[in-house]
Amino acid sequence: MIPLPAPKPEVLARRVQIVAALQAIIPGDGVISEALRLKPYETDGLSAYRQPPLAVVLPTSTEQVAAVLKYCNAHGVRVVPRGAGTSLSGGALPLADAVVMGLMRMNHIKTVDYENRLAVVEAGVTNLGITKHVEADGFFYAPDPSSQLACMIGGNVMMNSGGAHCLKYGVTANNLLGLTFVTIEGEVVQIGGTYLDAPGYDWLGIITGSEGQLGVVTEVTVRILRGPEGARAMLAAFDSIEVAGQAVDAIIGSGIIPVALEFMDRPCIHACEAFAHAGYPLDAEAMLIIEVEGNVEEQDRLLGWIKEICNRFNPISLKVAETAEESLAIWKGRKGAFGAVGRISPDYLCMDGTIPTGELPFVLKRIGEMSASYGLQVANVFHAGDGNLHPLIMFDANNEASFHAAENFGADILKLCVEVGGCLTGEHGVGIEKRDLMPVQFSPLELDQMRAIKGAFDPQWLLNPAKVFPLEGNPIFATIPVLNAA
Amino acid sequence: MLSSTIVPKSEDAVASLVIAAAAQGEKLAIEGNGSKRALLRPVQATRSVSLRGLTGITLYHPTELIISARAGTPLPEIEAALAEHGQHIIAEPPDLSALFGASRPATIGGIVATNLSGPRRIAWGAMRDHVMGIRAVNGKGEIFRSGGRVLKNVTGLDLCKLLTGSHGTLGVITEVTLKVLPAPKATGTVSIRVATLEQGIAALSAGLGSPFSVTGAALLPEGEGATAHLRIEDFSESVAYRCGKLRDDMARFGEATIGMDTQALWQGIRDAEPLGATAEEAIWRVSVQPSAAPGVVAALRAVGGGKFLLDWGGGLVWVAAHASEAAHQAVVAAALAAQGSYTLFRAPEALRGSVAVLPDEVPALAAIARRVKAVMDPAGLLNPGRMRAGQ
Repeated sequence: MIPLPAPKPEVLARRVQIVAALQAIIPGDGVISEALRLKPYETDGLSAYRQPPLAVVLPTSTEQVAAVLKYCNAHGVRVVPRGAGTSLSGGALPLADAVVMGLMRMNHIKTVDYENRLAVVEAGVTNLGITKHVEADGFFYAPDPSSQLACMIGGNVMMNSGGAHCLKYGVTANNLLGLTFVTIEGEVVQIGGTYLDAPGYDWLGIITGSEGQLGVVTEVTVRILRGPEGARAMLAAFDSIEVAGQAVDAIIGSGIIPVALEFMDRPCIHACEAFAHAGYPLDAEAMLIIEVEGNVEEQDRLLGWIKEICNRFNPISLKVAETAEESLAIWKGRKGAFGAVGRISPDYLCMDGTIPTGELPFVLKRIGEMSASYGLQVANVFHAGDGNLHPLIMFDANNEASFHAAENFGADILKLCVEVGGCLTGEHGVGIEKRDLMPVQFSPLELDQMRAIKGAFDPQWLLNPAKVFPLEGNPIFATIPVLNAA
Repeated sequence: MLSSTIVPKSEDAVASLVIAAAAQGEKLAIEGNGSKRALLRPVQATRSVSLRGLTGITLYHPTELIISARAGTPLPEIEAALAEHGQHIIAEPPDLSALFGASRPATIGGIVATNLSGPRRIAWGAMRDHVMGIRAVNGKGEIFRSGGRVLKNVTGLDLCKLLTGSHGTLGVITEVTLKVLPAPKATGTVSIRVATLEQGIAALSAGLGSPFSVTGAALLPEGEGATAHLRIEDFSESVAYRCGKLRDDMARFGEATIGMDTQALWQGIRDAEPLGATAEEAIWRVSVQPSAAPGVVAALRAVGGGKFLLDWGGGLVWVAAHASEAAHQAVVAAALAAQGSYTLFRAPEALRGSVAVLPDEVPALAAIARRVKAVMDPAGLLNPGRMRAGQ
């Protein structure tokens, strides 16, 4: 278990006054303090960790957010910002002495401007909600994390969320124009605007992906894009991981930029097929889903070329979707991958390292060896175009030893990712989950410099405490005793 | 004013000389080949450090779409290495040697430090979007890294973005790692004669809002009217097909024609050639939402005119005019009235030393900026005064 700092006794002692002060800022039912109603906020997508907060506030305006932050800053109260609570890294895990700031009531789409191809939305609008709002006019919001039905744009900004289509469309950071940002002092600041590349320091860039360490985002100006004329997928299966990796290299090397290029290993193919009956080849060691865009002739041409390339690697199965429905069927298994693994094992950890794509065969071989030595099953899905690997480690949550083994297995995978030239997290964020692995990737000096930048925004270290940076080096937590969350 | 230029040959040498400068209370001007020395404010430094001694591609894996190079590597060297594998730098950085009268080519470190992108920015992102990793020396002489050599990375704070576009004021960039992509096999352009700038912007917006993956959208004013250019880049079959569809769609805005092999046109736009600025004129870049661009041009024409070139669908307005404080104030007023931003891009030293070359930040952000600067460069010895007084 990853240790959390002990709560501040003086804050716990003032709980009643703090709740009263918050109720004065947010009238009505926007402040939650009863134990039963705090329960839904005690965890997020990393459900192995649970800790009810001191209170939850559900502001409905930027002004309320600013007033709450100003109060918390003045009174030394920690704040944990939260969107939909889908973080897989424990990014929204509360502390016992922290106020959770849930932004789900700020869920209005304020402006849609097709001429300038942008939308201004509040932080609590869901990722898919933006696309749903503009798709009738042929537009979409590009980043598409798997949780897009539930996850909120404010959380996407804070975690710099990705998705399956990053190779062509980039991640959240590449699809933003501006933010309404509230500092811990309660100052409301407009970052960027409705134009590209504001001169000066790239605040938009440093805030995006900062995991709630620097301030709270209440409104986001996103770029919306016109969708292509169409898109279609194909499936290619191979009898070895190495060969599938070579096929990926050959596709990229040919000059084609597929809009998605997904890789699944044998356990993942089997889990998905049992779940979705998508027609995946069960005798394959590795399978690729490749999607291209354009009109029907363009799709045919690109898929034809890719098919030719794949044929050079003796595929055991090649299936080009002839229709949009067949395309959906190919995707169906992949999109349900997490659910499919959940059916085999109710508890699994979803890891998220990135590796140089050329290292894939070596990394999967090593993961297989680790799986055997830990005695835990693992299924791998991989955004092969951008090197983002998602091993799903299956364990039994009712067995503490099994959970510990899964955590250690996961840590070993992430260390391996760094070892081969990659990183700890490609899109899920560090959160609580990977906090103590940060020294694997960064030197003490690099960590201290990032900590100091955090301190430049949040001098008292009140924002989303105990995440991202290992506790022992932090100016605030180094001397505070730690305890376990669960 | 600069007594000498030091050309360190290694990252360690950069670190040592920053430490020495800090000890002696010296201020350093940081540059690559100095091709954009005349950009923004004059640096208040006693010595100049050129990264041109740190050269060479250190890693290039075409199938992983990643290239790393030391900061002083000339851009053409990187472009040539990529071209051998049919790839390119996605953001299409400009060659401003003509604009700035530079004799040596830009370096990759300089392009990243200034976050300069070409016409493809509108479709594929800016330089800052493709900096996957960075190595740098901060103002304390400490070597640090951010990011890495993979395409997707959210580990820790993204200092790659903080350093990109910080004009050398937060750290001396020593090496960068970029995401690259396959270069298109063909370039086609649909050109539309329009009667007004408003019509031109409408045409560009319609093109960018079409499903045909437009990768360049520029407007070249000619008298009262203009020519709007929309670029399609892809495999040649796709370019031919989409240019045809786009031309049919654009006919409602004016006479539309298709040009193939139009790379030279876009290279010119990238380097602001059609602006036609004379050596004496000052140059500004105004960033606005595209629909506001005609208003910016109209406002400036009303107070004495100027030359204009619109890129990024109208979101980037290049302005050339008499290098005077009055002209600068007119540009500032027009940009702010359009809720946009501005940069005094090129001007004689007297002008750029006496006016705000970028908009001021609101007090809350300015305070954070001071604290961030104090973290990265506590003695304020890196490119002092480059962006703003104290920055």
